[in-house]
Amino acid sequence: MTARVATRPRKRQRMRLAPYIFVAPAVVLFVVFMLVPILYAAWLSFQSYKLEGGGILGTRVQVFAGLDNYISVLSDPALATGFGHLGLYGIIAVPLTLGLALLFALLLDVPAARAKRFSQTAIFIPYAVPGVVAALLWGFMYLPSTSPFSYISRELGWGTIPFLEDPGIFGSIANIAIWGGVGFNMIIIYTSLRGIPDEIYEAARLDGAGELQIALRIKIPLVVPALVLTGIFSLIGALQLYSEPTTLKPMTDVISQTWVPLMTIYRNAFLTDDLPGAAALSVVLAVGTVAVSALVLWLTNRRNKGAQS
Amino acid sequence: MTAIATRETAKLSTRRGKVWPTIILLIGAAYCLVPVLWVFMATSKSPGELFTTFSFAPGTGLVDNLTDLFSYGGGQYGLWALNSVIYAGFGGVLSTFISTMAGYGLAKYEFKGRNLIFFSILGGVLIPGITLAIPQYLLLSQVGLAGGYVSVLLPILISPFGIYLSRVYAASAVPQDTIEAARLDGASEWKIFMRIGLPMMLPGMVTVFMLTFVGIWNNFLLPFIMLSNQDSYPLTVGLYTLLSKGSGTPALYSVAITGAAVSIIPLILLMLFLQRFWRLDLLSGGLKG
Repeated sequence: MTARVATRPRKRQRMRLAPYIFVAPAVVLFVVFMLVPILYAAWLSFQSYKLEGGGILGTRVQVFAGLDNYISVLSDPALATGFGHLGLYGIIAVPLTLGLALLFALLLDVPAARAKRFSQTAIFIPYAVPGVVAALLWGFMYLPSTSPFSYISRELGWGTIPFLEDPGIFGSIANIAIWGGVGFNMIIIYTSLRGIPDEIYEAARLDGAGELQIALRIKIPLVVPALVLTGIFSLIGALQLYSEPTTLKPMTDVISQTWVPLMTIYRNAFLTDDLPGAAALSVVLAVGTVAVSALVLWLTNRRNKGAQS
Repeated sequence: MTAIATRETAKLSTRRGKVWPTIILLIGAAYCLVPVLWVFMATSKSPGELFTTFSFAPGTGLVDNLTDLFSYGGGQYGLWALNSVIYAGFGGVLSTFISTMAGYGLAKYEFKGRNLIFFSILGGVLIPGITLAIPQYLLLSQVGLAGGYVSVLLPILISPFGIYLSRVYAASAVPQDTIEAARLDGASEWKIFMRIGLPMMLPGMVTVFMLTFVGIWNNFLLPFIMLSNQDSYPLTVGLYTLLSKGSGTPALYSVAITGAAVSIIPLILLMLFLQRFWRLDLLSGGLKG
């Protein structure tokens, strides 16, 4: 009895300590590799380098620059064009990725459809292909000398398809992202559809509703949370467009070093040695991403509340 | 009469309803498989055939291409593949374990600072991983770690999304009663986690592992920024350098194409194998939880 009483406080103390030990590795890594880099980037974005002493003997020193970096980065016309490119790409890629993912998920959920397992696996396979490799595959399928589509088109007398020329490039890059993203989003929406109990449809079927009506009136409204989730991921992904245009760059002249904002950040940091400028632009992009995601969440929440009341 | 009529139209519409969904799904499957098929066809072509024959016709250069690929740069391709396996495998396992532990701790205990920790980490999901890469590089180069294996392995260990999923999964898969019962039996908190929590969370862990593994395997910018030595490149960065050199010498195109083809085989196999084990409903149900 006394032994039991004695162990209890020690035990409770251990229990109080345990959760901190479980989360400690994650918290340490979070602080070192996320929080500190964010703060460091923010600090760096207010600094600038100055040559002191003059001549060859001059040393570079960091001085406080206020908002200078932000002003110069934001007034750079290359950034506006970069966001323009990103916008055009996003307008094509995001709705099509989500739309196709939803379409395929709904079709997989149609009881009468055949070859489901095969289609599901085939559509999911591009998820396993890295963006760089996907861009490489499609790049060769766009390149006039190796493209099968241009080959057929030439045989028919229609000439080479301008996949890698100026307006075509947006569709071409969006296509790479759609190809890579549809399968994953389809699976998320499909698993969400599978979670809906069958009884819900039975009443509708008894009323004579067709599969199309069931899909439009019952299924889609019920998978809205999954659509929001995939929508936010697709938007964040679109803002981070980098590997695809970078990989295609050697194949075409229309992609410049500052074609999208992330390419500009890379150029500032490593090619023109303007680290504070790169940091300022990183901060702008991070704040922009958080703002866009928050906006999407807020809008969908408001709509949901409006629908309920 | 009307009842029979509706039944007839219903039968008709199910027959129609059987054909169209299948056709559209198969078109989607074809769209997704065509580039993969193309790259395997292109792999069988000699550099000369690549630019002259029709894309989907097989060629005669498969063996030569494979020899060229694996002898390129003194066997660099093999090194890149090994590096990718190390980064994604080792990083994925460790990251999954860290996420599982954190998710379990956040889901199963009430403690001071729990919400602060959870929401800070959740906010990390929204920060583009790529905007972190440059400050991470600068910080690591100040402590002399940039350029080595560690510089790619360490930053990928923290996965906010993995922690979030683990928390959701722990909350639903590990009953509080079981934990309480083990406590009454005198088991230590660590032992409860290892013996009871972990086995129950296994399906969720497979999902988190797959997502992390593919994420690391497909990552381009972080290793691209961090690494300077070609021998420590993963496949993505290695293939990219091949391609950017290839614009000057088209012979390297064949090597790049063959490299791309070989690199996607193991991942597709892994995906097909793990497909049955993972629980993606975790993702779709995530927002409700």
